[in-house]
Amino acid sequence: MTNLPANGRESCFVESFPIQGGDFHHAGHVSTQIKEILKELGIEPAVVRRAAIAAYEAEMNVVMYARHGTFILEVTPGEVNFWVEDEGEGIPDIELAMQEGYSTATPEMREMGFGAGMGLPNIKKNADRFEITSEVGKGTLLRITIFLNQKKVR
Amino acid sequence: MNQYYHSIRFDQERCEGRMRCLRVCPTQAIRVRKGKARMIEERCIDCGECINVCPNGAIIPLTDPFGELSRFRYTIAVPSPALYAQFGREILPAKILAGLKKLGFDEAVDLANTCGEVSFAIQEFLRNYNGARPLISNACPTVVRLIQVKYPDLIDHIIPIDTPREIAAREIKRKKSKQLEIPEKDIGTFYITPCPVKMISIKQPAEKGRSHLDGALSIADVYGPLLSAMESLEETEPERRALESICILGIGWAVVGGMSRTLRLRNSIAVSALAELIKVFDDIEKGKIRNIDFIEAYSCTHGCVGGSLTVENTYSSYNKIIKLIETLEYEKIKACPDIRDVRRRYEQKYYFIEGQLEPRPLAPLDEDIGKAIQKKKQKEAIYEKLPQIDCGACGSPSCQAFAEDLIQGEVELADCVFLWPQKITALAKEIIELVEKTGCRRGQAEISSAKNKKEEEA
Repeated sequence: MTNLPANGRESCFVESFPIQGGDFHHAGHVSTQIKEILKELGIEPAVVRRAAIAAYEAEMNVVMYARHGTFILEVTPGEVNFWVEDEGEGIPDIELAMQEGYSTATPEMREMGFGAGMGLPNIKKNADRFEITSEVGKGTLLRITIFLNQKKVR
Repeated sequence: MNQYYHSIRFDQERCEGRMRCLRVCPTQAIRVRKGKARMIEERCIDCGECINVCPNGAIIPLTDPFGELSRFRYTIAVPSPALYAQFGREILPAKILAGLKKLGFDEAVDLANTCGEVSFAIQEFLRNYNGARPLISNACPTVVRLIQVKYPDLIDHIIPIDTPREIAAREIKRKKSKQLEIPEKDIGTFYITPCPVKMISIKQPAEKGRSHLDGALSIADVYGPLLSAMESLEETEPERRALESICILGIGWAVVGGMSRTLRLRNSIAVSALAELIKVFDDIEKGKIRNIDFIEAYSCTHGCVGGSLTVENTYSSYNKIIKLIETLEYEKIKACPDIRDVRRRYEQKYYFIEGQLEPRPLAPLDEDIGKAIQKKKQKEAIYEKLPQIDCGACGSPSCQAFAEDLIQGEVELADCVFLWPQKITALAKEIIELVEKTGCRRGQAEISSAKNKKEEEA
């Protein structure tokens, strides 16, 4: 949490959410809550939409491949940051994982509509800044930033 | 900001502040202050959930009375197919339309046929559509308002094809004005509505300046008089002829699923009931719903047959429509509009909505994001102190809403009943301190005697 760009500053809002790996039933709740917070803060609809998609993909990544994880949301007047850290199997080849269509999803996950290999690329597409670090056998850390237009909502 | 017209009125005389409305409102648009319910206008999407639960009948749907007809030289009834669903096979649409004329309308228009036309128009639109998916139907005005208010980023998903009731009203007005040689403003078109929200879509359309409809009468108000009017009608048409006048594509629009079954889509879903819609729209927003082209959406359970101003039981009327469709299929009656006509008109933009649909998102905590962040922090800090059981006794629908109302200066912390014991304790302490500080001897004596008494009892 200490590496969050603006952590501790007066002007930022931070909230942390736990994610349980393998809990498909509650999957998506964290991104729904995050979306509600962003709307409450008056963030532009188009930005909320991109953030919601990126948050959902990041959350699902933890649900599908990790034991548990933490999703930290940080909002500053200039940007939205997600810090998604998990304890899990990790990603051996990040470059490969970032390719569209590449997936290690199980048949069960595919049955549920996941595993099209679009998760990480989809995050990248919707984020303004996206960093991924991973250690095999330990876990993965995603750092996602979306810039806020200073345009007023209404 | 309070420029929104609503089809719901709170009767302050009848309201006893019983809080039922507060709890069911999906957009948290109701507050109970000083024992009376009131509405936050920009939050209300006119779903009518509150009307159904009020034990005092204090929430009144605003539809037009019959008397409104006298404002016009020529009047036309445009009944929702949900009116047909009240009667099903027992009384067929042809007779219902005749009954409406007997009630005092100069004419009654069959909307099912226009629904069929619009089904074709939607097919045409989807064929060459490359924009955001899934597209969402706009027949239910509550759905449109829910998206405008709570899901503003989904506004591009709402289909830009106008509703059958608007298209039918526009067409008949033009036609009759020409035929009778009277101006359109002398012709009154009245929707026979299963729900109050259609009233707002007439008084304050979401996308254009003016509706082509002039008013709405509720099915509940029309039902009784219509029944007696139909009783005295002579059977003129054989049943087969009456059946042949029913558009099989349009009749299903009264129920959820009726629209999408006519569209021949690979993947479409039909959703009804507000709580379900909210789940589906949440899932669209985060990208969970994939490979779906079209969503048919209604705020009432089972579609328009579930409207709060209908008479027949929702499930019975749903069944009546399904049986009617089955009968038409069995009898191989395939009455429907000419698709070539629809295509020609479609090319002329005949079916498209007039005007532009704009979002109207709820006000954020503050217009300035920096201040909004500060307020959000304050709100969370207050929320932490609250019991978090959403009892509603304070008059706000949830502890979250209370925290927000508090930072916006509309309530006081002391309005939370759960904080009363703390408040009383604090107050008592203050008094004791005050007494001791001022050195009031009599007061001190009384405090110490009260203390002794308490100890003795213990």
